[in-house]
Amino acid sequence: MVERLEHEVDSGAVPADGAAVRDRLIEILAEVAATGRAPIDLSAEPAVLMMVGVNGTGKTTTIGKIAWHLSKEMGLSVVLAAADTYRAAAAEQLAEWAHRAGAELVRGEEGADPGAVAYDAISAARARGADVVIVDTAGRLHTQSNLMEELAKVRRVIAKQIPDAPHETLISIDATTGQNGLRQAKVFSEAVEVDGVVLTKLDGTAKGGIALAIAGDLGIPVKLIGVGETLEDLRPFDPSEYAAALLAD
Amino acid sequence: MFDQLSDRLQATLSDVRSRGKLSESDVDAAMREIRLALLEADVNFKVVKSFTKTLKERCLGAEVLESLDPGQQVVKIVNEELAALMGGTGSELAMASSGPTVILMAGLQGSGKTTACAKLALHFGKAGKDVAIAACDVYRPAAVDQLVTVGERAGAHVYQQGTEADPVDIAEWALGQAQAERRDVLIVDTAGRLHIDQDLMAELSQIRKKTKPHDVLLVVDAMTGQDAVGVAESFAEAAEFDGVVMTKLDGDARGGAALSVKAVTGKPILFASTGEKLEDFDKFHPDRMASRILGMGDVLSLIEKAEQQVDEKQALDLQEKMRRDQFTLEDFLTQMRQVRKMGPLSGIIGMLPGMGAMKQLKDADVDEGELDRVEAIILSMTPAERANPGMINGSRRKRIANGSGTRVQHVNQLVKQFDQMRVMMRSMASGKMPDPQQLAQMSGGAPRPKVRRR
Repeated sequence: MVERLEHEVDSGAVPADGAAVRDRLIEILAEVAATGRAPIDLSAEPAVLMMVGVNGTGKTTTIGKIAWHLSKEMGLSVVLAAADTYRAAAAEQLAEWAHRAGAELVRGEEGADPGAVAYDAISAARARGADVVIVDTAGRLHTQSNLMEELAKVRRVIAKQIPDAPHETLISIDATTGQNGLRQAKVFSEAVEVDGVVLTKLDGTAKGGIALAIAGDLGIPVKLIGVGETLEDLRPFDPSEYAAALLAD
Repeated sequence: MFDQLSDRLQATLSDVRSRGKLSESDVDAAMREIRLALLEADVNFKVVKSFTKTLKERCLGAEVLESLDPGQQVVKIVNEELAALMGGTGSELAMASSGPTVILMAGLQGSGKTTACAKLALHFGKAGKDVAIAACDVYRPAAVDQLVTVGERAGAHVYQQGTEADPVDIAEWALGQAQAERRDVLIVDTAGRLHIDQDLMAELSQIRKKTKPHDVLLVVDAMTGQDAVGVAESFAEAAEFDGVVMTKLDGDARGGAALSVKAVTGKPILFASTGEKLEDFDKFHPDRMASRILGMGDVLSLIEKAEQQVDEKQALDLQEKMRRDQFTLEDFLTQMRQVRKMGPLSGIIGMLPGMGAMKQLKDADVDEGELDRVEAIILSMTPAERANPGMINGSRRKRIANGSGTRVQHVNQLVKQFDQMRVMMRSMASGKMPDPQQLAQMSGGAPRPKVRRR
């Protein structure tokens, strides 16, 4: 990136003054951040979204916000699958979000097979003609190879039921995460083919610079950003705004 | 955790060590490498700068360059400084002289507070303390439910008033309860909050005022990048925390947060959380961690773990049995279970000195399933068969294989391995060194844990 900018300044394409160089840099950053950008595809019926990520990055909260948006603002019928059967009270947490968003919840017992919960949720969604199924999964560190294998299995179970599903797999990445975020995105996408990133907790002081590396190195774009705790605090990602914020003090 | 940093530092230091004499430019070059390694590990740049400065001054001191083995001296200094960077020798929690010791937990969303509360409760419970936890996270949906479940799993009592009450009131009420019920420890769980959220930070200092905690612990995700420093500084201001609980240390984060937080805030890391299970929680020892980063192993922690798990009398019994050649499959099972109680084998390997340098072992993922299989096979034997494996004939083998869900050849392998083991024990007991060929056979022909590369 820096080389490209230097080249452009040398060749006179960009005037060699501070403000112009800075503006051009923002443009270039935004371009990288926009790599592989595509809107979330909900054309399938039902469209299946799967949410993955490391513990505590905001998967369940993000799902709550997405469900609210789809159901209350777009008028779609949404089924949530509580496939995090590991963490205590994860299903209760999702149930609360389902209630707020007016979505239906399918859950299993604690310790149940996450694939089975996903399976049941998709069956339920088909039976009722729901528009969207969102599958919540348990947070896991990407270094736990057996848990990553479990995640791949959940994906296979979903794909068995609807061949193209999950239509969208999103990874939540905490904006305060350092270089490790790139590893997370890489390993998760090896296990379950990640389509996009939800960059969460951008309302803090962290700027989420790691998203640039994820888009640039892996070609996985940021699709949504989380900027707060209320239902409305989930927004589409705007590369130019993001690039400008990266350079702001 | 720390793998990349560890690799780079070890490479740099082994280069230094291989030189007979060190010149100032050798030291300069090594310092440059160390600086880069730390920066790549997300360590705060100010911390890196002052760290390498101190390091260089000490390494250029006369006693190092003129010593017989300057390389070794440099390694020793790096080890000491790395330990000092993370807090020197282990610090302790302050405990109340009378009444409950109150510990307030704070941190960003998703750093792992609720889980850390339960793990800490179990930690105290193991030491015989009566522990209670106050559920003051009324914001996140189902946070109270989660705390009740994991808290009770950890054997702690959970004080909760649902989600309608005010967190400050809950904390105050819980303290009264803990005093009345004469609990030893009260852990106060709070909602995750951003360090720039002034309302919630004010609430945190209110809780602090009302409960007068003996310790305030900041829970920090080990994967946090350069932002960790800003977070820690803001929390230091609002909550004046006393120590840090570092979570998710079982990931492959490069450790920048762990290495920066003490230097920036002056507060030590007290605990490290290293896994999904409640038991995966240990006191943090900076000196031992430094040795591990430099590949010098952590034998002290290993011994402590062994002491916690191994019953001394049982160990003596076993020794006696081996000596008298009365070691049975039953004893073998007991022994295997004891070793496994110390945690996953891959974790134990990491604590052995020099293992860091053995690439195959470090990346090895010991298949615990193989051990489960051995256990299942032994458990499918009758007591008589366990005491005298010689009696296990063909039809018994078939029955055992069926019973344990394995195949006859697995049973054969186990019996064969056990025979060889006994031969070896016998020769050791009689004072002879085991025949190297026997040893090789044992490790070659036996159903040993499969080691696969990740």
